[in-house]
Amino acid sequence: MNMETSQAGMGNTVMCLLTDPEGTNLGSAMYIPQTAGPLQLTQLVNRFLNNEEMLPYSFYVSDEELLVPVGTYLEKNKVSVEKVLTIVYQQQAVFRIRPVNRCSQTIAGHAEAVLCVSFSPDGKQLASGSGDTTVRLWDLNTETPLFTCKGHRNWVLSIAWSPDGKHLVSGSKSGEICCWNPKKGELDGNPLTGHKKWITGISWEPVHLSSPCRRFVTSSKDGDARIWDVTLKKTLICLSGHTLAVTCVKWGGDGIIYTGSQDCTIKMWETTQGKLIRELKGHGHWVNSLALSTEYVLRTGAFDHTGRQYPPNEEMKKALERYNQTKGDSPERLVSGSDDFTMFLWEPSVSKQPKKRLTGHQQLVNHVYFSPDGKWIASASFDRSVRLWNGVTGQFVTAFRGHVGPVYQVSWSADSRLLLSGSKDSTLKIWEIRTKTLKQDLPGHADEVFAVDWSPDGEKVVSGGKDKVLKLWKG
Amino acid sequence: MPQGDYIELHRKKHGRRLDYEERKRKKEARAVHKRSKQAQNSIGIKGKMIAKKNYAEKAQMKKTLKMHEESSSRRKADEDVQEGAVPAYLIDRENTSRAKVLSNTIKQKRKEKAGKWEVPLPKVRPVAEDEMFRVIRSGKRKTKQWKRMVTKATFVGPGFTRKPPKYERFIRPSGLRFTKAHVTHPELRCTFCLEIIGIKKNPNGPMYTSLGVMTRGTIIEVNVSELGLVTPAGKVVWGKYAQVTNNPENDGCINAVLLV
Repeated sequence: MNMETSQAGMGNTVMCLLTDPEGTNLGSAMYIPQTAGPLQLTQLVNRFLNNEEMLPYSFYVSDEELLVPVGTYLEKNKVSVEKVLTIVYQQQAVFRIRPVNRCSQTIAGHAEAVLCVSFSPDGKQLASGSGDTTVRLWDLNTETPLFTCKGHRNWVLSIAWSPDGKHLVSGSKSGEICCWNPKKGELDGNPLTGHKKWITGISWEPVHLSSPCRRFVTSSKDGDARIWDVTLKKTLICLSGHTLAVTCVKWGGDGIIYTGSQDCTIKMWETTQGKLIRELKGHGHWVNSLALSTEYVLRTGAFDHTGRQYPPNEEMKKALERYNQTKGDSPERLVSGSDDFTMFLWEPSVSKQPKKRLTGHQQLVNHVYFSPDGKWIASASFDRSVRLWNGVTGQFVTAFRGHVGPVYQVSWSADSRLLLSGSKDSTLKIWEIRTKTLKQDLPGHADEVFAVDWSPDGEKVVSGGKDKVLKLWKG
Repeated sequence: MPQGDYIELHRKKHGRRLDYEERKRKKEARAVHKRSKQAQNSIGIKGKMIAKKNYAEKAQMKKTLKMHEESSSRRKADEDVQEGAVPAYLIDRENTSRAKVLSNTIKQKRKEKAGKWEVPLPKVRPVAEDEMFRVIRSGKRKTKQWKRMVTKATFVGPGFTRKPPKYERFIRPSGLRFTKAHVTHPELRCTFCLEIIGIKKNPNGPMYTSLGVMTRGTIIEVNVSELGLVTPAGKVVWGKYAQVTNNPENDGCINAVLLV
């Protein structure tokens, strides 16, 4: 006891100011002993915020994570004790996902390469689309095939679950869209036609805007995006305006549809009449991928890590609650990755000009994805690296190198602590965000990995690729 | 008046025969049979030439007919399911097969090692030293023979100043100095008169490269800023390589082909 007080008395305290990521201060500057580490700081923050339960926090001093006691950090970085140290605290997810490390099952079934995989929002069902024109549903408990859904005439390029988990739609290379009943594995009505060329992306309307889920938007190579109604089985509105193929489409939480295209622009559309609101220009080459900061929570709707089911009217409220929690006070952010090797961070509701240009990749950026809590951006590129950026400011954090072939897709774990990447070199790699290193290498595929997905409940990872099998990985 | 003019004059004065149109029409109708008879009865080389020409015409006609047929009937394209399914983000990208990529990289490495580059004239007749240089006798009694005069076209550069004549070993006569070359673009097939920037490599040896001698097959660098070429990055290209295709000492001008 004496030692401690004498140590504290020796003047080994630091003036610190705790701020949240948006900049608001938590209380005023106070003296904190230099022996205080992240644990003590967590207790402090919880007390200040009057949290009922102890929520985990991570702390950052000038964009570098604070993992050691404050004193050691000061010594290492030679920061003066006289100045006020600003510590930014960020809430981490309450639950922790275990990293997957083994392949629990290799399920064959598809006759051609697996092109897209997707878990349902509650994480209980799995669907995959392949080059053999079928969509297959898989049983996750027994890890065996459940249904084979035939109905498409050409490769199935994209699939999407509705956020309430009741509908599954898939788009094919011949431009038609099929709606499936996931419980029975049957085609719901006839295939929807309208697009003249292949479907590049599908996105559902968020649950908090309309429950039950009825509308979804699809983008196609022919240059337009169409809004469909799954119960009426027809096109509601056709959003044409792009001069070249539309490569990706996202339905934002504020009811705006974002489409990225090969004509280097991103267009924002309003959904009641299908009018163009804004055009975001800036890229020098094709826009390959879009990501919204609230994308993960929009995809999972009312389901969260607890796995509770809600009746339909409560779903909307719960989804809205989750949406507001993730979004916070700041406007929704959009990041776009392009063939010109750069990405742009936009705040589309605020301004037409990009907030930041994220450069650093040496080859085209194929896939960008915000972390579920919106704090990080991960980008997969053909230069064999995955880069991590700060999700709020767009500041470059680190590059994950390890793949030996172009990285095709990335996926986040539900707690935003782990990042998964699948590449042409047939391996998947799990990267830890806290230590910024490789956590786990998952080899095993015989050929290129085209699609990866992490289940929203964090239990399983699925990957599919050119070798025609689906691999399920468990922790 | 030439004969044809008399014929024309008569035609103007008196008009044509009354049955001229009829005869012409019938003659043209018979031409088909005549052509066929000719093709069938010609023998020897003449027959072969006619057959070849007819075959070429037939092939061309078939192609044009097929082309016309395509556009007139619009059928719903029945796409077959192709092999090699790729996800949406890879469809528009041409991916060379892996084997091809590997063999390409090996070939590239080998070429770089050997120092061989693809040029329009890969092999040129080697020029001997006695053909290239003429011995110049110097000294009071004209017995010293250490000076040489270049007999081929040279390029010296804008800032060139001769060495003091007492110490000059190689003489490059100003009559054989050239500053401009007629450069042809191989694809566009047009020729420009462009300024020479420098000599890159003379296949006869590094000594000639350093002297600036231009013989057939020499790689020169020319100023292409007139052409207004731009790199994909947006920078303006102002120098490009070209290879000399004639013997400038015989022609008095330098003809080169641009290396694109």
